[in-house]
Amino acid sequence: MNSTRDAEDGDGEDGDRQDTAGFAARARTWIEANLRRVDPSVYEGAFRTDLTEEEELAEVAQERQLQKRLHDAGFAGICVPRCYGGQGLTPAHQRAFNEALNGHEFPARIQSPTMAPCLAVLLEFGTEEQKRTHVPPILRGEELWMQLLSEPGGGSDVAGVLTSAARDGDQWVLNGSKIWTTGAWWSDWALCLARTNWDVPKHRGLTVFILPLRQPGLEIHRIEMLNGSKEFCQEFLTDVVVPDSDRIGDIDEGWTVGVRWMFHERMLYESPLVTFPAGLSRSFASSSYTNLARAAGRQEDPSAQELVGEARMLDVVNERLHERMSRGIAAGLVNDQAAAIPRLFKGVAAVRLRTIAFELAGMTGGAWTPDDGPLCDCGVDFLMRQTGSIGGGTTEMARNVISERVLGMPRERSADRDIPFRQVRRGPSAGRRHG
Amino acid sequence: MRFQLTEDQQSLRETTAKYLSDAVPVGHLRKLRQHPAGYEEEYWRQGAELGWTSLLVPEERGGGSVSGNALVDATLLAHEFGRHAAPGPLLSCNIAASVLAGEAPTTRHAVVLDELLSGSQVVSWCFTEGHPGGHRPEGLTLAIDVEGDELVLHGTKRPVEAAAQAGHLLVSGRSGDGLTQVLVPVDTPGVSMELMETVDLTRRYWVVRFDRVRLPVDAAIGQVGGAARQVEHQLQLGVVLLAAETVGAMERGFDMTLEWAFDRYTFGRPLASYQELKHRFADMKTWLEASHAVTDAAAAAVDGAEKNAAELVSVAGAFVGQYGAELVQDCVQMHGGIGVTYEHDLHLFLRRATLNRTLLGTPALHRRRIAELVAEAES
Repeated sequence: MNSTRDAEDGDGEDGDRQDTAGFAARARTWIEANLRRVDPSVYEGAFRTDLTEEEELAEVAQERQLQKRLHDAGFAGICVPRCYGGQGLTPAHQRAFNEALNGHEFPARIQSPTMAPCLAVLLEFGTEEQKRTHVPPILRGEELWMQLLSEPGGGSDVAGVLTSAARDGDQWVLNGSKIWTTGAWWSDWALCLARTNWDVPKHRGLTVFILPLRQPGLEIHRIEMLNGSKEFCQEFLTDVVVPDSDRIGDIDEGWTVGVRWMFHERMLYESPLVTFPAGLSRSFASSSYTNLARAAGRQEDPSAQELVGEARMLDVVNERLHERMSRGIAAGLVNDQAAAIPRLFKGVAAVRLRTIAFELAGMTGGAWTPDDGPLCDCGVDFLMRQTGSIGGGTTEMARNVISERVLGMPRERSADRDIPFRQVRRGPSAGRRHG
Repeated sequence: MRFQLTEDQQSLRETTAKYLSDAVPVGHLRKLRQHPAGYEEEYWRQGAELGWTSLLVPEERGGGSVSGNALVDATLLAHEFGRHAAPGPLLSCNIAASVLAGEAPTTRHAVVLDELLSGSQVVSWCFTEGHPGGHRPEGLTLAIDVEGDELVLHGTKRPVEAAAQAGHLLVSGRSGDGLTQVLVPVDTPGVSMELMETVDLTRRYWVVRFDRVRLPVDAAIGQVGGAARQVEHQLQLGVVLLAAETVGAMERGFDMTLEWAFDRYTFGRPLASYQELKHRFADMKTWLEASHAVTDAAAAAVDGAEKNAAELVSVAGAFVGQYGAELVQDCVQMHGGIGVTYEHDLHLFLRRATLNRTLLGTPALHRRRIAELVAEAES
């Protein structure tokens, strides 16, 4: 039984009908009375490094409180069935809440990956007991979740998992390493994709587990990015014991879960489980490019105007393309692999936008003082430019999906199909961090 | 074009597509290369019966949209024109019809509107001028001065679509600080024309000179000096129609090239199996969908007179202008040498995308316009 989908259809046992307009009015009143107004730009900027460790932990604690307040007011898990502590309402209610949330603070860190994909995967594949144990504390802000999916040797080849889970009676023993987890150092639980069978082809020997992040044998290492951010982590699992009751889905059927897991990950702002100010989800906020041109004293410079116009163009086209493809997919008029089209566009546009900002900053892109206002860090952002085309699946993978799954072109040859995973060749860099 | 059309929209689109396939197949387009007008009068008259000139005109003035969203409906025609690289003054006639229908009817203007709707008369819009800034209403310099009970027009317009086929010219010009629009019979003394060369095979453009052309004051459409908003609206209609037509040309070029990629073998395998080419097709597909998306959004915003209409229109002009020509050029590259021959059909669509990129503001000019609009919105 798929609880999330029940909520979408509105015919589940929890489908307590409540009219959307009334709900929206109640949400607006509560939000105005209880949430701080914030400048949306506080949620922008990719992995900026302005917070100290203490400050970041304080923010996480504050967001947990915020989530608790949402929960107590009846606005957490709007599309989660009531029996798991949610509201049992519809995606339309979540959208109404997201609209009302515009311009206000919200628990940004608790949305991805806690609500989507982790909560979504739990609701779709978890046992009754797993759902009753974990969903309520997630909605109260007591459990923040992470995804132990990518591996140092894997890159885009997500199914090529080397982390192993060996059966030992009623439990499993996990060994290996995972990487690119955002904020694992302040999180509580994780979904983990591990290899349980090495004698079958790679997609057929995987299993999904859940496990607490703070436990013996699990070491979390914060990765310093080139701009100084330590947002991302790498985990080392050494004989980590997981009871069989914390397995998600069937043994060796982990790829079935994994495919949906990655689907929920891609859904992100479209997911009915995610609380996110509606206006924030789509915009690159390129209005700030006018500020950049002004700060650089170039507002009358035609070449700067062209760059500002291009930035705004990319922002608007990105939003409209996203809207078009979402509608087409929702109506079943294009296949859902076409979601790779807006992903590709956004990745390429994000890269270009960083270049535009850097270009507008001119000499200040290379060296600046705090007095340079919005131009500060344009150079560092430029160094981090490619993240938009890498994170959440590279643009190269999106191009493969579009050409193969949307346009029907021949699949790339792979040397790891239909042979036992044990026999798949691995390069000398396998197991090293940046392989 | 949207994924979902109403039944009436679908029927409008299909009727025009079928008519264009029958009347102007690509083989016929090549013959029209030497034709002075680029199309036969009968072709245009029959097209008018299919609704080619009536969508932007309200029902009570003899027109009628099929969905209530006039410009969205008109983009369906423009899309098919692009897909077929079809000849005919679609842009000028629709804009003229929309302007004439938007003002209180004078007898003289009403007759012209009726003939536009029936396809028996063409009206050419004389808007752009060949100097920097001549693509924007505020940059127009052609003078329309009041002398007694007469209007005197002096200046030059270029490029003017189908001027030699027109019975009247819709001239947008400057009266002091304001703009004025005048309907000028082509045979008025002082009007002269010079045929331009163009990249398109069947569209014809002219330089039209007005040498102290005199007309009665009632030749003006609406208020003398009060036409700025009208002209801005026409320009929005025009940019959206051009974008929609370019999207049609992009789509056709892309479809042809996709088929080619599966059929053409090199080194014992189809082009479609090479990852380098697959990735370029993925890029092209993304540009194509994005062009659809932004053009549809702009059309709907103009129909709904939405606040962000001007910005969306220029975003469509900038994006579709740039990626329209780029996409078809990439299609040429995928074809190799055959793609730049006259024999191959691809150039018909490259021509259309290239021409449209230049007409009502190049991508660079639209980008600057967007920056102006953003700055206005922020101050």
